[in-house]
Amino acid sequence: MDRFGEAYLRTQRRWHWAEACFWIAVAAAWFVFPDNLVLGTQILIAALFALSLDLVMGYAGIVTLGHAAFFGIGAYAAGKLGQQGWSEPFTGLLLGGLAAAVVAVATARLVCRGHDLSRLMVTLGLGMLLFELANKASEWTGGLDGMLDIEIAPLFGVFEFDMAGRVGYVYCAVVLFAWFLLARHLVRQPFGLSLHAVRLNPIRARAIGLDTAAALSRIYVLSAMMAGTAGALLAQTNQYVALDVLSFQRSADVATMLIIGGLGQLYGGLVGAGGFVVTQDALSGLNPEYWQFWLGLVLVLVVLFVRGGVVELLRVGYRRALVQVRRGRP
Amino acid sequence: MLVQALVVLMDGLAYGALLFMMSVGLSITLGLMGFVNLAHMAIAMLGGYVMVTAMEQLGLSFLAALGTAVVAVGVIGVILERGLFRFVYGAPPLAQVLLTVGTLFMLGAAVTYLWGPGLLSVQIPDWLNGRLSLGPVGVSRYRLFLLLLGLAILGLLVVGMERTRFGAMVRASVDNQEVARSLGIPVDRVFMGTFALGSALSALGGALSVQAMGLDPGFGLKYLVLALLVVVLGGAGSITGTFLASMLIGITMIAGAYYIPWAGAFIIYLVMIAVLTFRPMGLRAARGGH
Repeated sequence: MDRFGEAYLRTQRRWHWAEACFWIAVAAAWFVFPDNLVLGTQILIAALFALSLDLVMGYAGIVTLGHAAFFGIGAYAAGKLGQQGWSEPFTGLLLGGLAAAVVAVATARLVCRGHDLSRLMVTLGLGMLLFELANKASEWTGGLDGMLDIEIAPLFGVFEFDMAGRVGYVYCAVVLFAWFLLARHLVRQPFGLSLHAVRLNPIRARAIGLDTAAALSRIYVLSAMMAGTAGALLAQTNQYVALDVLSFQRSADVATMLIIGGLGQLYGGLVGAGGFVVTQDALSGLNPEYWQFWLGLVLVLVVLFVRGGVVELLRVGYRRALVQVRRGRP
Repeated sequence: MLVQALVVLMDGLAYGALLFMMSVGLSITLGLMGFVNLAHMAIAMLGGYVMVTAMEQLGLSFLAALGTAVVAVGVIGVILERGLFRFVYGAPPLAQVLLTVGTLFMLGAAVTYLWGPGLLSVQIPDWLNGRLSLGPVGVSRYRLFLLLLGLAILGLLVVGMERTRFGAMVRASVDNQEVARSLGIPVDRVFMGTFALGSALSALGGALSVQAMGLDPGFGLKYLVLALLVVVLGGAGSITGTFLASMLIGITMIAGAYYIPWAGAFIIYLVMIAVLTFRPMGLRAARGGH
């Protein structure tokens, strides 16, 4: 990396005040909304899942329709551990993430080597295959009834998971923040820049000496591990795993969150997850078919009119306002 | 033993013919504009619903209902193409994927709203019911009808592509869109026509598959992987490639379900993995720039 590149990355690594505000808001929510922490926990889990999708789709440009596969593997692995008496949460979380990573390693070649069409097929097919497997292996997963009797020990042996989600919220927020720091660090490294290069022009990226397949595989496996962790968080905080952790709907939902929030900006998935889960909760009385119709409509409208998503809109609005203020000065 | 194998082969070929009708439109639009239409099987599904309604509500005969489905869905295809899809030609694949998944959801929800979530079926006419004995083998008339129709459509498409002016314009546009445009070929119009034709054919396949596969609002998603597999294996934009791939997959699926029943739903995924491992570029390399 030359000097210019270093300087560029250094400015990118600097924290913006808006970022600080965002995380302060996440922390403040625990005090401001003590009655809605279960919903808050769901948002944080969805946010981690969306962040994992952003790495692979927004940064690496791998179009995937089966990311729920990794979410579901993480959830079932962590749930199974809890069911079998391994109730310590942190190791359960780690093993959930690792289980997803192992499957990602096994499929990385198929996904990272192909072109967009075969990637679509592999990711969609892998998701459906795992859903079908989990459905068939009902002695192991509980099938349609879901996985029950998951025991999770108190955090550090002290803080017990409560029904109001007070402990769960903090647990999920800390895990999300840790993964976010890692992702933020990673995409502001030369490695992150190489992902942009691979996405924007794979042939030229190869010509300047980048190992494109290796770069894609690495981010794919890391993203799978992150998605697996999100699934494990869901299993641990709910102490129940339903078959729908592996469904196509979940893959489409997370893609919707990300596209509403904005791709390739880290915060897009987080903002989108918040908006999506709150809306879904507010409209939970709605017939699922109607919900799906509106979801489809939102996807279409976002693609047609606001490709950058909410975060991009905010950024552009902020810049315009800044210009206005500067012009207004004498 | 041998008779059994022939019956399985026949069922596989009939299934392949259905797959061919349903996925050839997807293959051509992908080859022509590089447009990834994940709502394609939902459009095929509409064919099934229009067919059922035309027979049950309007009391049309089997063939008339089939024709209604083909025409109606062809029109719906043009409306979707002009009103929605053409805005994302040339956009990144992700935009196309999300737009068409959105369309898939809306069509699925609309169908559930109009026809309910249950499984629908149709009554096939007497002349298609029962078996025709060819020597020692009893062949289902309906399966034979599907296979012959599939072959007829293959023939018409191949001749149409080779011999008609429109076919020549489609081939030129697939091979090199920029040059075709600069020669004065109205590529947009060509695409609209192809899209209408592809939608109509998928509706034909969708309507005919009601009897064999059943029809519910999940159809558009359930058979999407299968259609994508056909297109990847056959090569986008290739009609004969799509036909061969459909037949191969049809036979594999039926033979798998018959001889290794425990593998059931997993056969398709095993085929998918095998295809991508050994023939990632398809049976025949795709024509054209995409």
